[in-house]
Amino acid sequence: MSSLKIIWSILVKDLRVEWRNRETLASMCVFGLLIVFLFNFAFETANEEALRLLPAVLWVAIAFAGVLGFNRAFASERENACLEGMTLAPVDPSLIFVGKMLANLLFLGIAEVVMAFAAALWFNFSFLPALGELLLIAFFGTMGYAALGTIFGAIAANTRMREVMLTVLQFPIAFWILMLSIDSTGNAMRGDPDGNWFGGVARVAGISVVFTVASFLLFEYVLEE
Amino acid sequence: MPPQDHIAKPVLEVRNVTKFFGDLAALKEVSLGLACGESALLYGPNGAGKTTLLRMLVSLARPSSGEVLFGGRNIERDGAGAKAAIGFVSHATFLYGELTVRENLKFFGSLFGLSDLEKKIDAALELFDMRSREGVFARDLSRGLQQRASLARAFLHDPSFVILDEPFTGLDSQSVKQLEDLLRRLPEQGKALLFSTHDFEQGAALAGRLIALKAGRVRYNGPLDAAPFGSLGIVRAAGPKN
Repeated sequence: MSSLKIIWSILVKDLRVEWRNRETLASMCVFGLLIVFLFNFAFETANEEALRLLPAVLWVAIAFAGVLGFNRAFASERENACLEGMTLAPVDPSLIFVGKMLANLLFLGIAEVVMAFAAALWFNFSFLPALGELLLIAFFGTMGYAALGTIFGAIAANTRMREVMLTVLQFPIAFWILMLSIDSTGNAMRGDPDGNWFGGVARVAGISVVFTVASFLLFEYVLEE
Repeated sequence: MPPQDHIAKPVLEVRNVTKFFGDLAALKEVSLGLACGESALLYGPNGAGKTTLLRMLVSLARPSSGEVLFGGRNIERDGAGAKAAIGFVSHATFLYGELTVRENLKFFGSLFGLSDLEKKIDAALELFDMRSREGVFARDLSRGLQQRASLARAFLHDPSFVILDEPFTGLDSQSVKQLEDLLRRLPEQGKALLFSTHDFEQGAALAGRLIALKAGRVRYNGPLDAAPFGSLGIVRAAGPKN
């Protein structure tokens, strides 16, 4: 119960900080929308080829918007050494990870809704026929990506070229989540021929759970000097 | 040969700690202890290793060799007890600029799992005369007020070990006086105080013990009155303040 309170405190703190400066969510949404718009501009809309590329367009936009958010998530912690301040308390570092990850998940989730809505309009495509499946893929894919973003954001926060370092460190590993998410999203949008939508969700969920648990267990070593 | 540590029951102990930053040894074979009811001044020139030692005592830094113990337990492996008992003020304030002073205290208090948190926040704000500024964002506070808010954060959970790295930084003369009075009372309350300051006379007026560091080594660790000031390179003012 006390663990939940600590996670809640960290989450509420991050939401409050974001509400006050409105930097993270705004930059994520604007950047994500720009990417979707640029791809929309480059491809002919309602073209079959364009729709084939839509899952990749969306996940690339999510990936880059996420990097912006993960960098910002630790900017406020870096200022006045607040992350160190948190570690002065008798708190399991894994709880700090969960609180920060949930905040990242929430921000990225909101940005995804905005991006998906814009993509539906600009690409003239409806996500509704496979909405349930797509939501599950988006949830699990985002969870794994946010977990990696949280742990690598914490690592990069202590480096000199932190904005570059986060991308360089995170993408080689996040590649696996993004690749499976793009593939599963594409299958869901096309309508799985054998009706086995569970397989696509399970693949994304499987790899995301593995990366989330690994990040959860390793976070305490990241906080060490 | 400096006097040995004669503390009967040191609760916070440093045993043969060496700390390297790359090839540079910031601390070399440092051993000392701190017990409840003691007040010790950590003194030394810039680069002596004071901040590194203090950060190690609160598990913000890891020794390259040796160990730090709290109640006989290695704080790296089992640090929850030490963290709950220690209040620490550093050069960094550990305050979120986008949160008000009260919100900052509430957040850090919740991490300590404090009961009656609002009352404890009120008491901490009162203690450092920050009640009128509890609704001000930390980023809008002056350096001195941020330091007072940081002190309130460190004292919020009523720590039995108070570790302060240059706590008087940025404080005005009235706040310095208030803090001095507070620190003077800590040993009487059975609490331990370890602090560093560059104003030797100010520190000497508050501490019963001197730990002198130079180039990462402990040059003296014992009663302040018996310290060989000359050989430690400490030039005292006309007379110690009391």
